Amino acid sequence: MFTILQKEINTFFSSLIGYIAIGLFLLTTGLFLWVFPETSLLEYGYANLDALFFIAPWVFMFLIPAITMRSFAEEFKSGTIELLATRPVTDLQIILGKYFAALLVVFLALLPTLVYYITVYQLGATPGNLDTGATWGSYIGLLFLGAAFVAIGIFASSLTQNQIVAFLLAVFGCFFCYAAFDYLSKLNVFYAKIDDVVELLGINAHYLSISRGVIDTRDVIYFVSFISIFILLTQLVLERRKW
Amino acid sequence: MSVTVKQLSKHYGRQKAVNNINFHVKKGEIVGFLGPNGAGKTTTMKIMSCFIPPSSGKVLVCGHDVQESPMEVRRCIGYLPEHNPLYLDMYVREYLELAAKLHNIRGKAVQERIVEMVRLTGLEKEQHKKIGQLSKGYRQRVGLAQAMIHDPQVLILDEPTSGLDPNQLAEIRQVITTLGKEKTVILSTHIMQEVQAMCDRVIIINNGEIVADDTAQSLQQRAKGQDIVYVEFEQANVVISDLEAIEGVAKALATSKRHFKLLASPGKDIRAAIFNFAVQKHYTLLGLRQEQGNLEDIFRRLTNKSN
Repeated sequence: MFTILQKEINTFFSSLIGYIAIGLFLLTTGLFLWVFPETSLLEYGYANLDALFFIAPWVFMFLIPAITMRSFAEEFKSGTIELLATRPVTDLQIILGKYFAALLVVFLALLPTLVYYITVYQLGATPGNLDTGATWGSYIGLLFLGAAFVAIGIFASSLTQNQIVAFLLAVFGCFFCYAAFDYLSKLNVFYAKIDDVVELLGINAHYLSISRGVIDTRDVIYFVSFISIFILLTQLVLERRKW
Repeated sequence: MSVTVKQLSKHYGRQKAVNNINFHVKKGEIVGFLGPNGAGKTTTMKIMSCFIPPSSGKVLVCGHDVQESPMEVRRCIGYLPEHNPLYLDMYVREYLELAAKLHNIRGKAVQERIVEMVRLTGLEKEQHKKIGQLSKGYRQRVGLAQAMIHDPQVLILDEPTSGLDPNQLAEIRQVITTLGKEKTVILSTHIMQEVQAMCDRVIIINNGEIVADDTAQSLQQRAKGQDIVYVEFEQANVVISDLEAIEGVAKALATSKRHFKLLASPGKDIRAAIFNFAVQKHYTLLGLRQEQGNLEDIFRRLTNKSN
C-alpha cells in the first residue's frame, strides 16, 4: 500500500495537480478571508476563523473531486489497471494507497492556513482572545470532512473511465452528502417527525457539531463509517469491473 | 513450473470468448499461442494472470488455482499485457522500482534487479528518460523488464514483439529463448517465423477453441504433406471440375481465367499428373510452380472456414 501511496504522491507533485490544488485552495480562502470586504476578517471585527470554516467545505467540494478524479479513471482508460491488478497486491491496498495520497494533499493544503490562525490570534483585542477549542475542533472537523470528500471522490473515479464524469459525480456526491440533507429535512414528510435524523445523515450536521470544539464520539463514528462505506463500495466496484 | 488449463470457458453474455479449452504447459517449455484476432488468446492470458475470472473450468499456475489462490499465482508469474500499458509520466527506473516494490522486493535488491533488467533488455541509454519519451520498441522493452523483474517462474507475454524493428526483434527473441531455458514461457503472436524461431510447441486457437496443439516441427510436417501447385494455361476454357478430377488433386481454385491454384492430397506430387492432363486435353501448359506447405498455410487452413 505504501508503494502505491508513494507513487500517487509522486504523480501529484511531478505534474501540476498537487501544486495547483494547494495553491488554488489557499488563494480562494485567502481572498475570502482577507480581501473580499463582505467576508473579510479585517472588516468583520471579531477575531475568529469562522469565515474560513464556513467557506472551506465549499472550496473542498470542487477541489477534492479535482484531485481524486484521475485516481481510478485514468488507470482504467490507459489500461494500467491491468498492471496493478496482476501484482500480488489486494484491491484494498490499491484503494487505500490512492485514498491516503489524496488525503495527504488535502492535509498539505490545510497546513498553511495555520498562518491565518496565528494572525487572528495576534489580532484579538488581547492576543489569544479567540476560542482556541472551537478553532482546533473546527480544523479537525474540516479534516474529517476532507477525508469524507476524498472517499466520495475516489469512489466516483472508480465508476468511470472518463475523468470529467468522475469529477462531476464527485462534486454532486459531495454536495449531496454535505448540504442536501439539511434541505431534505425541511420537507413536510420529515419535518417535525424525523427531520433531525435526516439532518444527521448529512455531513454538515456533524461538521458543525465537531466545530463546537467537542469531539463527540457520535461524530467520529459517523465520519469513520462514512469513509469506510465508500471505500468498501469502491472495492465492490473494482471487483465487478474486472470481472 | 507448469501451467494447466482444464475445460476453460469464458463467455461475455451470449458470446463465448473461450470455449472449453484444455492444454498443459510443462516446466521450461516455450509455448506459442497462435490465432487470428478475436480468437481468445488475450482472454485466456488474462485469465491465467488472474485479471479476469473464468466462467467455468480450472486454471492451475505453478500448482495454484487462479480462483482460489490468486495472490500466489500473481507472485510466480510475470505478465506483459496486450498494448503494453505503462505510466507514461514516470521515469524508466522509477517505474521499474515501482514494479519491484509491488512484488515485495526490498532494500538493495531493488536496485540490483533494476540494473540487471536494464542490462538484459538493453535499456542502458534510455533508463533515465520518462517512459512517454521512448519509442515503441523501447517501451516494449520496459514492459518486458517489468514482467521479469521479480524473476518469476512463468512468463505470460501477450504479443511481446509487436512494434519492434528487425534488430530489436532478434535481440528480444534471443532474450526470450535464453529465459526459456529455465522458465516456462507462454507467448502469443501472429508471426510464424517467431513461432518457429522461439517455441517448442504451438497452440493454435480459433473462435475460442483449440484447433491444433503440437510441436512446431510436427505442424511443419503436416503442412509439408499438402503441396500447392500453381498452373498457368494458355487456353482460357479450362474447367475446374476437370482439374479436380485429376488424380491426387484435392481442390482447385481459379485465380484468373488462365491461372489456377491446385491443392494436392497429402503426400502426392501432382506435377506429372497435371502435365499429362494438359497433354490429354490438348491444353498448353505455360507455367507449373510448386510451393511446399508451410506453417502459415496450416494456420490459415485451420483458422479459416473457407479453404
